[in-house]
Amino acid sequence: MTLGVDVRSSDREEAQRRRPRRKRGRRLLSRRDKVVLTLMLGIPVLIDLAFIWFPALGSIVLSFTRWNGIGGLHLGKTCQPPPAPSVLQNGCFYGVQNYHQAATVYPQFWPAVQHNLIWLAVFICFATPLGMLFAVIIDRGIRGSRIYQSVLFLPVMLSLALIGIVWEFMYSQNLGLINTVIGRNGNSNAIDWLGNPHLNLWAVLVEATWRQAGYVMVLYLAGLKAVDPSLREAATIDGANAWQMFWRVIFPVLKPINIVILVVTVIESLRAFDLVYITNHGSNGLELLSVLVTNNIVGEISRIGFGSALGVVLLVISIVPISIFLYQTFRREEPR
Amino acid sequence: MTAVAAARTSERDATGRAGGRRRGRGLSSALAQLFMIAACVLWILPIGFALYVALRPYSETSKYGYVAMPHHITLSNFQQAWTQSNMLRFFENSVLITVPAVIITLVLASFVAFVVSRFSFRFNIALLIMFTAGNLLPQQVIITPLYRLYLQVHLPHFLSESGLLYNSLTGLVVINVSFQLGFCVFVLSNFMKTLPAEIYEAALVDGASVWSRYWRLTLPLCRPALAALATLLTTWIYNDFFWAITLIQTGNKRPITAALANLQGQFVANQNLIAAAALMAAIPTLVVYVLLQKQFIAGLSLGSTKG
Repeated sequence: MTLGVDVRSSDREEAQRRRPRRKRGRRLLSRRDKVVLTLMLGIPVLIDLAFIWFPALGSIVLSFTRWNGIGGLHLGKTCQPPPAPSVLQNGCFYGVQNYHQAATVYPQFWPAVQHNLIWLAVFICFATPLGMLFAVIIDRGIRGSRIYQSVLFLPVMLSLALIGIVWEFMYSQNLGLINTVIGRNGNSNAIDWLGNPHLNLWAVLVEATWRQAGYVMVLYLAGLKAVDPSLREAATIDGANAWQMFWRVIFPVLKPINIVILVVTVIESLRAFDLVYITNHGSNGLELLSVLVTNNIVGEISRIGFGSALGVVLLVISIVPISIFLYQTFRREEPR
Repeated sequence: MTAVAAARTSERDATGRAGGRRRGRGLSSALAQLFMIAACVLWILPIGFALYVALRPYSETSKYGYVAMPHHITLSNFQQAWTQSNMLRFFENSVLITVPAVIITLVLASFVAFVVSRFSFRFNIALLIMFTAGNLLPQQVIITPLYRLYLQVHLPHFLSESGLLYNSLTGLVVINVSFQLGFCVFVLSNFMKTLPAEIYEAALVDGASVWSRYWRLTLPLCRPALAALATLLTTWIYNDFFWAITLIQTGNKRPITAALANLQGQFVANQNLIAAAALMAAIPTLVVYVLLQKQFIAGLSLGSTKG
């Protein structure tokens, strides 16, 4: 990508507009400037294309193939069923078979989708409102709000892997804090929080909410701080009470931040991986789409095509929040 | 979630009185205090408990359980976890990944942001969208082809012992840089658009080149944004788990966060050591938390509110 002559310094244009009497000859950028600009833009763009967008498109292409990554990849060749049972198999064109298999015979697919949806629902119904509530209370400036903010924010700084480990002491079967406190730590009546496939998703979601609420709180506080104080004053003069003030005055003004938080919530639920991986490698009731993708490339079975297809499923879902965010952010910016 | 219900009623109580004052009074304020104190206790509890486990000798916890009054408090678990594993090496790896990745990301992102915010040409919005969207993709969307790509790219020996991008610290630097670029471009370009145009006019009159307008004008003015982003990036890249798990094969090349997964297996018989190791891994982030919390929050705020 080279920047043609159509590159004009917007600053210079502005300078001209402001001083119409001082007509300066339009100085084009010097050759050195052009080289500098090209490099400044070119290097990051190439890196972004090579390591983010090329793999993203690669996922789509590979999802229509069957390939174990050992032989070569021949996109032109249609796969011959039944596959020969040799290790050295060249990749071949597989059509939509991967997607078909995922939806029909792959046992973990639908549970994983369900778990991802539950994850999202819990984030939307619990983590986000809780974070908003924290933010509103702190924003009203009660005593000690600084300390509260710091404490609630602490989990956001910690890595998710570490959070998973720290919570294992809470959930541990015989020695854990929770079972000890509720008196269920005997060998016969202990609750296996992380091992029971009906319970462990909820246990991990408590960990996830514990972190996410603080994250939402900080984002929301930033939004609340940006609210024009005169709005509050006007509402007070009009006799609005606290409840009306928030829902009728403040909340509508926060629409941009609400969209950001919605996008963050959806993306974070799709990305969820670390907690379940550190707990039990995302098995036994903790299957998530992200884990299934990873299992198909890292492990004994390398199913490049199939793993890519699962990745594309994630991509398709994530396009919705990403588009919403981009539209909200860039629609007011016409090219200057 | 009774706490939420309680807080709801406290909000409703507030409606009974003349609300609207910034400082709530009376019942609603007392309820809010109660709610916040309860929440903070719940928020500290898991970390505090892990610390308590880490501070007690193994012999004692196996005898009385984790939840018991302490007889001894000791730092020996920390010492043992440090000496019995390769922890120093893991920390070194983390530093070798995080420091270059943060610096390179900020340099490249400020390049793009400067060009996009100071020059008008056709692809501006498209470029911004490309970078921003790239940062929002779930990592798992790109991991499969990326994994194959990493196995194909050969590097000179001084950059990678394995000779490939795969299983090398360089590879982790590269992917962290690529992935975080988007967010930083977005934040920095928003920030640079708020800089007054007069400064640049003056620079133009003085005949400053593009490079000096970037290096001597823009960067010094962006210092607060760069500091906030550096804090944010350091924490995020240090805490990264996914790339390190998938793109590093050899245990002793892993950064500390990903190495914790292996340590869990290594110390499986002695949970107190795991607690100690995990807390040690948290120390750098806790230092950031204590010293640079404001910067971190400023970075998040820059990303979520425009300008």
